Amino acid sequence: MSFDLNFIGILIGAIMASSVPLILAASGELITERSGVLNLGVEGMMIIGAISGFALMVVTDNLFFAVVGSMLSGLIISLIFGLLTQSLLTNHVATGLALTIFGIGMSAMIGKNFVGIPGKEFPLLFVNLKESIPFLGPVLFGHSIILYFAFGLPFLTNYFLKKTKTGLIIRAVGDSPTSASNQGINVTLVRYSCILYGGAMCGLAGAYLSLIYTPQWIENMTGGRGWIALALVVFATWSPIKVLIGALIFGGITILQLHMQAVGLRIPVQLLSALPYIMTIIVLVVISRDSRKIKLNTPTSLGQIFYKEK
Amino acid sequence: MYKLFLRSLISVFFLLGFSLNANAEFKVGFVYVGPTGDHGWTYQHHEGRNAVEALGIKTTYVESVPEGADAERVIRQLAQSGHDLIFTTSFGYMDPTNKVAKDFPNVKFEHATGYKREHSNVSTYSARFYEGRTLLGHMAGKMTKTNTIGYIASFPIPEVIRGINAMTLAAQKVNPDIKTKIVWVFTWYDPGKESEAAQALIDQGADIIMQHTDSTAPVQVAEKAGVWSFGQASDMQRFAPKSILTSIIDDWAPYYVERSIAARDGTWKQQDTWHGLKEGMVAMAPYNSAMGSDLVKEVEQLQKDLASGKVHSFTGPIYDQKGNILVAEGAVADDGMLAGMNVYVKGVEGDIPQ
Repeated sequence: MSFDLNFIGILIGAIMASSVPLILAASGELITERSGVLNLGVEGMMIIGAISGFALMVVTDNLFFAVVGSMLSGLIISLIFGLLTQSLLTNHVATGLALTIFGIGMSAMIGKNFVGIPGKEFPLLFVNLKESIPFLGPVLFGHSIILYFAFGLPFLTNYFLKKTKTGLIIRAVGDSPTSASNQGINVTLVRYSCILYGGAMCGLAGAYLSLIYTPQWIENMTGGRGWIALALVVFATWSPIKVLIGALIFGGITILQLHMQAVGLRIPVQLLSALPYIMTIIVLVVISRDSRKIKLNTPTSLGQIFYKEK
Repeated sequence: MYKLFLRSLISVFFLLGFSLNANAEFKVGFVYVGPTGDHGWTYQHHEGRNAVEALGIKTTYVESVPEGADAERVIRQLAQSGHDLIFTTSFGYMDPTNKVAKDFPNVKFEHATGYKREHSNVSTYSARFYEGRTLLGHMAGKMTKTNTIGYIASFPIPEVIRGINAMTLAAQKVNPDIKTKIVWVFTWYDPGKESEAAQALIDQGADIIMQHTDSTAPVQVAEKAGVWSFGQASDMQRFAPKSILTSIIDDWAPYYVERSIAARDGTWKQQDTWHGLKEGMVAMAPYNSAMGSDLVKEVEQLQKDLASGKVHSFTGPIYDQKGNILVAEGAVADDGMLAGMNVYVKGVEGDIPQ
């Protein structure tokens, strides 16, 4: 392996790019879960976002519409989840699982007409800076705008949850919907908004895959990333910054293990393939050991059905 | 009253069962490992199914069936629901296919790329993809500037190892300095993982990307990075119009048509089919003119020689990684050795995952 600085820069750039869908989906799901709603439909919402983004790109030939459309379709499909769990009071877990299965099937059906169409080049920013500055160039520049957004998102989310009144309300609803309701907060409305926000972010994560990361439509192209995003939220104990760390570790080891193989290191390949999962869990568990903080961050009413007694 | 109801219910079931049997028309079932829209392996099998359907034979298919226990359930389901001939189109369906075949002696089974025919109603078939890999190796050896060929491998089974070896031998012949770098992804189909593997190989200096996985993601990564690539299973040219040199195409349609007709007419017999360039089960997509007309001519000649049997992909002397001789000078590897191949030849880096 060549250890020159520029190569390491390229490596870090690749790691950042691969963690973007996880950061986006996990940040969205984090807000949803902080309001007390457990939506296991992340994978389904992502894949719907992926196909709608790609389909809109093909039909309108406009990447802006494609990106916005993918968020809207993520939002719409999460609205189904909202209607079922918040208005019809169905079980969160079962509904979320159904949403995932529905999303995968639905996307395959819509996608039939879009198979085999090559994607369009997504504009990357500061490409000339990427090449002219060694190391920092490939790390900081030459990425899509969605990547920059994704890396800002956890910090925004952290600020939003901790420092704003709306953030406080969401946390209150997640911790004790009954008390929040008694304070005059419309719990159902808050939860609806959080579900829709989560849906939009998952849609965007899907569009990142089908428009930028592997620019094409292929069935099942999310490949389980939605489930990893879900697990990240839990192992990061609902802290946005730790979600970012977890996503980077996961993406990082995924990429690094491929490089280790290409170099021909004599480590069993199966172990290398399992490393991203093992390491992400270990690191997140270690950095989240403070039980007082876990208690503070865990939405107590997660997954519980709330209805206002009349 | 209650008894009457029960009795009529039972008779209805009997009638239903009887009428189902009476209407038993000839049906062919297909089990796929990926989605029909993968534009690679499963897509080509599906094209084969379409050819059977075009004859007016009724067919059913099940997509994205995981290899293992799930596969057995799906195959059993097809056998139970009146299918007369069932194609199971992935290596990992080998044991499930044989297991189900035991319980349904009247149903015929065709398993792709496997070697177990434990019952008289199981046939196996495969294509000599390695002949295509030999052509790829020739082109790769001539086109590489970094002398590094990147290979995305799926699972450590003989079929995949054979491809790696055939490619490496052919590349060494035209360029003794080449190195084959391999990344195992342990999946047949995961576009994200495949593209990450392709990117890792390119970052490690490979300027030729080859895949034994089913999605079009690697050729697209290669196109973006400006390195050469080869399509897998079907013509992937439109995903990488500039950089793809050719694709190995699997053409199952003639075989599926032939076997379906045989099964329908009662002439189906157990057999083991292994067809290659000669019979057209392996075909090559048009060669990219970017490699120069001389090289195109060379490769076309080599393709003819492989098809006619004048050249064999595994002609000795062939050594394993430790330098032990595998095939003596002047000899060619026999089919038994090819079918069970589980060592790398000299020049391949790394170990085969166990």
